[in-house]
Amino acid sequence: MTLRTAQGHPDPLSPNRVALSPPMGELRRGMRRVEFLIEWALFACALLSIGTTLGIIAVLTIETAGFLEEVPIIEFLFGAEWTPLFAMPRFGVLPLVTGTFLVSAIAMLVALPMGLLSAVYLSEYAGEGLRRVVKPILEILAGVPTVVYGYFALLFVTPLLQRVLPDLAGFNALGPGIVMGIMILPLVSSLSEDAMRGVPRGLREGSYALGATKMQTSVRVVVPAAFSGITAAFILAVSRAIGETMIVAIAAGQQPRLTLDPTKPVETMTAYIVQVSLGDTPQGTLEYRTIFAVGMLLFIGTFGLNLVSAWLRERFREEYA
Amino acid sequence: MSAQVTRSPNLGSRTAESGSRISDAGSREIALRRVADVTFQALALLVLVVALAALATLIWDIVSDGAGTLSWNFITGFSSRRASQAGIWHALTGSVFVIIVTALIAVPIGVAAAIYLEEYGGRSLGARIIELNITNLAAVPSIIYGLLGLGLFVRMMGMGRSVLAGASTLALLVLPVVILSTREALRAVPKTLREGSYALGATKWQTIWHQVLPVAAPGILTGLILALSRAIGETAPLITIGAVTFVTFAPDSIWSPFTVLPIQIFNWVSRPQVDFHANAAAGILVLVALLLSMNAAAIWLRDRYQKRGLS
Repeated sequence: MTLRTAQGHPDPLSPNRVALSPPMGELRRGMRRVEFLIEWALFACALLSIGTTLGIIAVLTIETAGFLEEVPIIEFLFGAEWTPLFAMPRFGVLPLVTGTFLVSAIAMLVALPMGLLSAVYLSEYAGEGLRRVVKPILEILAGVPTVVYGYFALLFVTPLLQRVLPDLAGFNALGPGIVMGIMILPLVSSLSEDAMRGVPRGLREGSYALGATKMQTSVRVVVPAAFSGITAAFILAVSRAIGETMIVAIAAGQQPRLTLDPTKPVETMTAYIVQVSLGDTPQGTLEYRTIFAVGMLLFIGTFGLNLVSAWLRERFREEYA
Repeated sequence: MSAQVTRSPNLGSRTAESGSRISDAGSREIALRRVADVTFQALALLVLVVALAALATLIWDIVSDGAGTLSWNFITGFSSRRASQAGIWHALTGSVFVIIVTALIAVPIGVAAAIYLEEYGGRSLGARIIELNITNLAAVPSIIYGLLGLGLFVRMMGMGRSVLAGASTLALLVLPVVILSTREALRAVPKTLREGSYALGATKWQTIWHQVLPVAAPGILTGLILALSRAIGETAPLITIGAVTFVTFAPDSIWSPFTVLPIQIFNWVSRPQVDFHANAAAGILVLVALLLSMNAAAIWLRDRYQKRGLS
């Protein structure tokens, strides 16, 4: 009896709904439409991230195009003088690029070796107890607002360094570089550690079986095996250093200078954007457009590095999938 | 038989002899390796100690510089050209206001995007492109978002240098973080829960809304708070969109100009007078207190979640 009703009904699982059949069908169609609309609304939200990227590219391209109409691209990329706010403006971006490079290089000299060492230690040596203490401390270091690091670089680290290096200027590349290195250390450490923990146990055990010590295993087996993951972490760290703004805006100075001397004041690309934003530069002027042109350069550089890093991480995941 | 017996001591002594020669060189080698191992460990530990010491010094430096300035008058006061009378109320309210509006924009969009990618998108090409794009956006320097906000919200959409423009910029900035952390929380929900719901005849959205989201909620909330606490420390993008550095009023609508704690701190630290540096340190203490209370909320939620998971 029930069986026959079930067979007679399009939906064999709910024979009791026979009486409700016509409105139920409508309801179901309505539900399907709602489901469809919801899926599209969710998809639209996900698409917004693509919109953000396109928005960044569009805004930067429009203003940079306006800038390049007035300044030849050769002068912009290879000029050695950056004085856009002077009466006789020059638009050579090289001093900003070397300033960025200098501070980032110092930060990397601090962050890479320290980050890698602490990652090896946390991944290969440390017990669960120590990890539970150290990881939150590194997380706190990573979570400190950059303006706080800027304060620290200008008013604590630089005066401290001046005791050792009397020639060090009040604004310089060294102090903020070191502080930036400490800021980036947790990023290098945690991403490298993730990569090393992804290395299969069997490789380590094989190495121990051949009589290798823990250090030999770490340095000659685990680190090479995790190489692409670690490189991805390093590249991401470089990208972070190049894009870091407040530490350098506060402590490195605002003098675009073509130098690799870490004791002199320099200006980075990001610090220049802050400097102009703080003034009241009217829209549409050439000075206003300079920050977008510099921003474009910064975006291309960091985006390229991020892509390489993402690609390396993907490759690493495939190696040990 | 007897030959074997007579030969065996001979053989034994030879192996013992060569064995001791190996172990002589070997034990030196092993000792060396052990020294290297211990040195390496000490070096690595030293790095961790240095990192810890840096954090401790940072905290000590700021507390010793700022604690003397921190007072009720400082918290409830407004900008002033005299350091001793300057307060931080306008910046504190500005920060809280901007973060609330940021959350109102970023949370629904971010959670929705995460739901799409985790529950609907699967491994389709579109979803993978969006995923790669989000990973990349998470690493774009924050000042670039500031330029986007300046060009898009402040100029093109005509929002001016308002709370709304600042919050929209920060919302775009934290979206990747919100999406990534929400996806992780959704991924932690067991598949059986979804299958049980489907078996009872629920649709996909009914399953997500009534089963998956309530279970994932504490995890999502924790991620949201951590993302917003990142936004509250952001300075560069808000300077770029032109948040003002000298205001003498608290923002009263989403259209009013504003400043936030990190910008006020930046403003004070950039002045040559030492008195203002103490103000900056005190401002940092206020900012850190705000951050800590947000993080404490996140930890409390995580604990509650874990306890409920056990029962």
